[in-house]
Amino acid sequence: MIEKINIITSSCIPLPQENVDTDQIIPARFLKAVSREGFGENLFRDWRYDKEGKPIADFVLNNPTYSGSILVAGKNFGSGSSREHAAWAIAGYGFRVVVSSFFADIFKNNALNNGVLPVVVTDSFLADLFRHIQANPASTVTVDLAAQTITDNTSGVSEHFEINPYKKNCLLNGYDDIDYLLSKKPDIEAWEISHQ
Amino acid sequence: MNTLFDKIWDSHVVTSVEGGPDQLYIDRHYCHEVTSPQAFNELRERKLNVFRPQKTTCSPDHNIPTLHQDRPIADPVSRNQVETLAQNAREFGLTHYGLGNEKNGIIHVIGPENGLTLPGMTIVCGDSHTSTHGAFGAIAFGIGTSEVAMVLASQCILQPKPKSMRINIEGELSPGVTAKDIALYIIAQMSTGGATGYFVEYAGEAIRALSMEERMTVCNLSIEMGARGGLIAPDETTFNYVKGREFAPKGETWEQALAYWKTLHSDADAVFDREVTFQAADIAPRITYGTNPGMGIAIDEKIPAEETIDESGKISFRRALQYMGFEAGEALLGKKIDYVFLGSCTNGRIEDFRAFAQLVKGHRKAPHVTAWLVPGSQAVARQIRAEGLDNLLAEAGFEIRQPGCSACLAMNEDKVPAGKYAVSTSNRNFEGRQGPGARTILAGPLVAAAAAITGEITDPRTFL
Ligand code: SF4
Repeated sequence: MIEKINIITSSCIPLPQENVDTDQIIPARFLKAVSREGFGENLFRDWRYDKEGKPIADFVLNNPTYSGSILVAGKNFGSGSSREHAAWAIAGYGFRVVVSSFFADIFKNNALNNGVLPVVVTDSFLADLFRHIQANPASTVTVDLAAQTITDNTSGVSEHFEINPYKKNCLLNGYDDIDYLLSKKPDIEAWEISHQ
Repeated sequence: MNTLFDKIWDSHVVTSVEGGPDQLYIDRHYCHEVTSPQAFNELRERKLNVFRPQKTTCSPDHNIPTLHQDRPIADPVSRNQVETLAQNAREFGLTHYGLGNEKNGIIHVIGPENGLTLPGMTIVCGDSHTSTHGAFGAIAFGIGTSEVAMVLASQCILQPKPKSMRINIEGELSPGVTAKDIALYIIAQMSTGGATGYFVEYAGEAIRALSMEERMTVCNLSIEMGARGGLIAPDETTFNYVKGREFAPKGETWEQALAYWKTLHSDADAVFDREVTFQAADIAPRITYGTNPGMGIAIDEKIPAEETIDESGKISFRRALQYMGFEAGEALLGKKIDYVFLGSCTNGRIEDFRAFAQLVKGHRKAPHVTAWLVPGSQAVARQIRAEGLDNLLAEAGFEIRQPGCSACLAMNEDKVPAGKYAVSTSNRNFEGRQGPGARTILAGPLVAAAAAITGEITDPRTFL
């Protein structure tokens, strides 16, 4: 079971850098765990803490001005490795939505499988959103999954976003893929027989 | 008018979800210790068995040390992850080539060398470099841990069908140019996100001329331009490589398989969503200067000037150069380096060791350089000894370590210290990938060899 999503209104945490790769989201040395818990604490570890483990003041997650359950990131977020730990870290930190103008494929899938909604917006929407958050950190965004819209509440500008209807249904209802696949066992066995 | 990709994909669709993804049957599933433990937990929580245990093969690779593999792993957390894989394999009845086993190695190296990877298959692994296996004319791609659980539970995953792209490399490669240079060239042209959403078929004269191992290097790096995977149509080169390997079909089944494999090519009138053509003659030995694999240049070129970078990419460009300690517009030839790493699923196969050994023969390793030469598998290590390459390398001052992922990523003991420069034949130069603060310069085995003996970034063509 994954946590359901429908309408989320929140202030945002801005990360305008492009090509944020999964090694930055969760460095490899934190991949040694054998459970899914605790990854949120090490989200963006090497940008967030110095070698002594002290918070780096100018990194956005350490800046108390910014808070919220929506991460707004530069283009091509989540490139690199297939580690689902990146999605666990994002979810574990408390993000429910990541907004960017472009996502790496595997990251997008992993996020959806963990109840985190990746929302793709146009470059201009993203640029405006960054400006509004910087001007006023309390600016909010509303994401309506059922309607597939994202609204920048500072300007009132709304955009439609795409999501695969199957995945949308899963997120709205908290279903996951294993439930579906297990219900298809007879089809799988039939396929195996016809492809021997 | 089907593409090679369509032929394999369509024949593996079990059902299609309305308005959603395809349910794809998976022929081969590879498993390593890092991305699988949570998937096995999920099976236990749901009280499920592995549906088709004979289709999954496990090998620990990321965490294992490359010295003293006969001793217990010193880091307790790494040891726990490696032992967890062994226990899970035992509990669920899966084949497991553990530490010290004669078949152990990087999962993407051992699959092909044992004939587990075959043309026409669908292959997945919780690892983005699963694209390596596409070299055989298979659909191979990386998946997340939730999907690992799906494959274990049902031998299927749900995937939307990606778009198709063909990349042609026409003409002949120049001397001193390797498969790694082709891949780094393509990624720089396409950018790190340029093939996102696509599955790539590599074609053209220069690709056809590559050996199987070189094809694996090219396909391995597909993910570094965002592609879901990359594949190459199987041909005589492929069939000759596969024939006689332990798990490859034999006798009459071989003949049947071969007849089918010969149908695996894109039809002459196949239409791709995107098609790109490059000239082999334009490709020189390459290196990267920044912190993603797309930030690369020909070895004798200069780092781009900042004016030439897109407005939106300027922040990353500046940050990358600052991290690397380089200046925009400067040349890299002659820069002093500290480490050389030959290995990984990109360049850890026997041909890479032959190429490296050939170049360093008759020279000495530069005294200030630390060189890690790490075979991709036990079988590669045996072959190195059988060919006497270990002696030849020893004469030049190099030692061979034991197989594993090693310095490709900082999960085991082989870490590059902060601020040091490493010329690395691996696949990622992300910040901290080879250790916190480590500065990675990606290159092929010849550039690595030339750097190892001169101690600086050197054009390998000067040694030809
Ligand atoms: S060698 Fe590197 S890229 Fe390949 S599987 Fe190991 S860690 Fe991943």
